Amino acid sequence: MADGLSEGSDLSAGEEGQEDVLTPAELITKLEEAWLNEKFSPELLENKSELVECVMEQLTHMEENLQRVRKGDVKASVHRMEIDRIRFVLSSYLRFRLQKIEKFFPHVLEKEKSRADGDPSFLSPEEFAFAKEYLANTEVYLRAVALKHMPPNLQNIDMLKAVPEPCLDSFVFLRVKERQENILVEPETDEQREYVVDLDEGSQHLMRYRTIAPLVSSGAVQLI
Amino acid sequence: MFCEKAIELIRELHRMGDGQLPAFNEDSIRQVLEEMKALYEQNQSDVNEAKTEGKSELIPTIKFRHCCLLRNQRCIAAYLYDRLLRIRALRWEYGSVLPTTIRFHMCAEEMEWFNQYKKSLATYMRSIGGEEGLDITQDMKPPKSLYIEVRCLKDHGEFEIDDGTVILLKKNSQHFLPRWKCEQLIRQGVLEHVIS
Repeated sequence: MADGLSEGSDLSAGEEGQEDVLTPAELITKLEEAWLNEKFSPELLENKSELVECVMEQLTHMEENLQRVRKGDVKASVHRMEIDRIRFVLSSYLRFRLQKIEKFFPHVLEKEKSRADGDPSFLSPEEFAFAKEYLANTEVYLRAVALKHMPPNLQNIDMLKAVPEPCLDSFVFLRVKERQENILVEPETDEQREYVVDLDEGSQHLMRYRTIAPLVSSGAVQLI
Repeated sequence: MFCEKAIELIRELHRMGDGQLPAFNEDSIRQVLEEMKALYEQNQSDVNEAKTEGKSELIPTIKFRHCCLLRNQRCIAAYLYDRLLRIRALRWEYGSVLPTTIRFHMCAEEMEWFNQYKKSLATYMRSIGGEEGLDITQDMKPPKSLYIEVRCLKDHGEFEIDDGTVILLKKNSQHFLPRWKCEQLIRQGVLEHVIS
């Protein structure tokens, strides 16, 4: 997939230079990793706005290059296909995020509220705005249609309780990218005891998401 | 029995299956709300009686009525919220303009919610990655080939593709078009993807 990007010139991630320079191929690999993680994790992961911005830039750049290619050139259609593929991955990634935001909106906003100042935000500013609007819109709607006609003590619904939480105990497939030692696995039934496992690099496992959630965000494992 | 109407509302949605939107059942909702009002008023007078005359045997009845009230509230909220999710799915399926048959099944407040949702989504999509944004309602399926064979199911008029060529989409005509231009039209039912 990365071959089609060769036409894009060198591109650096993060304009402020706080990150290493990425080649387009590395950029796309990063996007694919983020996409798969977001697709398979039950909860919303940390936002990757910088990555999204870089990919968008890259896409614009490729489109521009494509304009200069002669009509009917075989190269053009190969690159066109490449652009389409990258755009699909990017759109799909953002769609998964938006779906999770809509599905868990009260919890997502609550998490954002209780976040300490220095911690990275889970939502990008745009997603945050969207989630707030979604919550307000839905509340206004429920109030207008039904709640305001109900008895006074029943006019409020606690959205945090009414909307289901992400199920962190669901199982996920993962591949280990960096060797991990002494991962504590909690018991599934009362008869079992907790135990520790080592995860070898390159090995694949089926585990509960809750156990390995920190490893997903640190990038030590990849959900597949 | 109490709460029967409310359950009926939930069943109605359940029966419709995924993605379909039945007509907004204003009548049943009104009836449930009336039942709630009646239950609440009975409870109010019983609470007063229990307090002033010390009739503690009334307390179980009061509790029972309160449970019914909570259940009714929950059922109505579930009914309304599930409809919102269906309406949301329609935005992704049909684009920002809904077919009249579906709009006919929505109440005014739902229409308002839909418009607001549309606006939030558009604002969000415009803000992705700087200048012009990205339409994430496109590219729903992984691309397999650049051009696809499509057949027109309806007269749609003229249609311009990226390189400036204008083609006439006439009923039953077949075309070989760039996939990324057709996706929306296929979902709207104007074009059909011909798989040979």
